Parts: sequence; structure tokens; C-alpha cells
Amino acid sequence: MAPETQDTAENTEEAAAFDRFERALLNDFQRDFPLTARPFAEIAQRLDESEEAVLEGYARLCAAKAVSRIGAIVAPQRTGWSTLAAMAVPEARLLEVAELVSGFEAVNHNYEREHRLNLWFVVTGRDRAHVTQVLQEIESAAGLAVLDLPLLEAFRLDLGFPLQWT
Amino acid sequence: MDVSPSDRRLLGALETGLALVARPYARLAAAVGSSEAEVIARLKRMIDRGVVRRFGVIVRHRELGYRANAMVVWDVPDDAVSETGRRLAALPYITLCYRRPRRSPDWPYNLFCMIHGRDRAAVEALIEEATERAGLAGRPRAILFSRRRFKQRGARYGAAQPPAAA
Repeated sequence: MAPETQDTAENTEEAAAFDRFERALLNDFQRDFPLTARPFAEIAQRLDESEEAVLEGYARLCAAKAVSRIGAIVAPQRTGWSTLAAMAVPEARLLEVAELVSGFEAVNHNYEREHRLNLWFVVTGRDRAHVTQVLQEIESAAGLAVLDLPLLEAFRLDLGFPLQWT
Repeated sequence: MDVSPSDRRLLGALETGLALVARPYARLAAAVGSSEAEVIARLKRMIDRGVVRRFGVIVRHRELGYRANAMVVWDVPDDAVSETGRRLAALPYITLCYRRPRRSPDWPYNLFCMIHGRDRAAVEALIEEATERAGLAGRPRAILFSRRRFKQRGARYGAAQPPAAA
């Protein structure tokens, strides 16, 4: 994956690329998505649009990768186990090790960050033993130590957040 | 056990997101051998019980122009970390806020939060404000801006598949 830049001019263009209807689709249903037989029809009614337009809108936003999915954020450690893990990877090996880490099915987020510990990823699995095993497999495949930083207390979970367009 | 096997199956079938069809819960029901009404009732129950923390549209912030994100961490004495974490989490721009273990000598920090913004300067300003308002001035701190994103998708707890052989 190409390095991503922080380009404000480009950001403004991106934000402008979404019209009012798409902004409502992105922003207004991050929580409390309708739990009715025809949820997209309910959204359509609220936005004064057709069900087809809502379905097409979400398909477009998914294709543009603005929407990851419509789904559930499960409370941590309730249906399985997850942890935040970190590694200090020599710069010359970073791409190679990042690809190795991303290749694990149990890894869902994997970022380079500005620190000596420069590779940060989330591992989820059925239970703690499964997650520990994945961490050990990553350690031995990469030949580098992995820091295991499981959640101890949650002060704020992912509740979505209001998007600002300007 | 916190979550029943059938609820796990349902969450597993939902990991890749709701189908963009007129009756997505009927589609989900077919996948797990249940009925549309039962799927809706189960999801409602899991939301009420807090197993599902959020049900809705999950956006990808970078694609929406939120190009800068920082993980900010502090070392807070154990007897103060819960109260400080709650104060930090109450700020509207804090998207995640957790206590995690220290791992000395590599990692002395126990309070973690995430801040997203349109650019680096905006995030830096929010970090300083959060540091002040949560009473964290003077505490050892590290700011880890993200550089490259190697992987981002929803968690897979392996609920949909039978356990893999060890």
C-alpha cells in the first residue's frame, strides 16, 4: 500500500465530493441503524428519498471505501479476546514485517506509527489463548519481540463520531 | 458464558457487514438458519445488553478527509488513572480511551486515547487541549501519529468458523 499523505487541499476536495444526501448516509446512521425488516426504506423515509436511492448510495460509498460496512462494534472481551500489539521494527524491514503481520487473519488493524515501537496492530480471536498463540507466531516469523497490551479498562469505546465537513 | 453460540454465529455472519439489499436481516437469517424476526430480536437484545456497543454505518476516516490520527499515551499513577481516563473520555473528540498495562522498560504508559483530525496541526491542538482539560499536564506522554495504514477492517473473532486445529 502506498504511503498516505496529509494533504489538506486534497481533504477539502474529498469532503466536497459528498453531497448532502451522502453526508446524511455517512453521518446519521453510525448508531441506532434501523432494526426493522426494511431498514433502507426507513432511512429513505427519514431522508425523503427512495429505498433504491439509499441502497445505491451506500453501494457507492462502499465502493469509494468511505464506508467500511454496516455492522456491529462488539464490546471488547465479550465474544472473544483482543489485544493491541506493538513491535520495534528496523526501518529497512518495516514493509516486509508489516505484510507478514497483515497476512494473519486474526489481525484487523495494522498501522505504522511515529515511535521506536513503530508497528501497531490489533489481534482478535476466540479466546486469550488463541490471541497469545498468534502473537507468538508473529514473534517467531518476524524474529522480533511483540508487546502485548490488552485492554484493562475502557473509558470510551467506539461510538462513532460526528463528521465535520468544513 | 456471556454470549450464546447462536448469538456468536449471528455476529460472525455480520462481520463482513449487512448486505445492501431491501431485506438484509432476512439475508442474515438465511445465513444462520433463523428467521428475520428472530435475527432482529437477537440484535436488539445484544445492543440492550451492551454486547454490541454500536450498530450502524462504520466509516473509514481517512477516506473522508480525516487524514491525521494520533494515539496519545500517558503514564498516570495507578490510583489516579481511572478518574483521569473518565475525564479524558468525556471530551468529544476523544474517539477511544483505554487503560492498558505498562511493559517496562520499553513501554511506561498506561492511559491510551485516539484523536482524529483533518490534519496534523488540528490534532496537535486537540492534544494540548485534552492534556490541559484532563489534568494531564506534566505527566510523561508520547504522541504516536500514524504513518502508513497497512490493514483496516472489522474484527474477526472466528465465531463463524469452527475452531482451527492448534
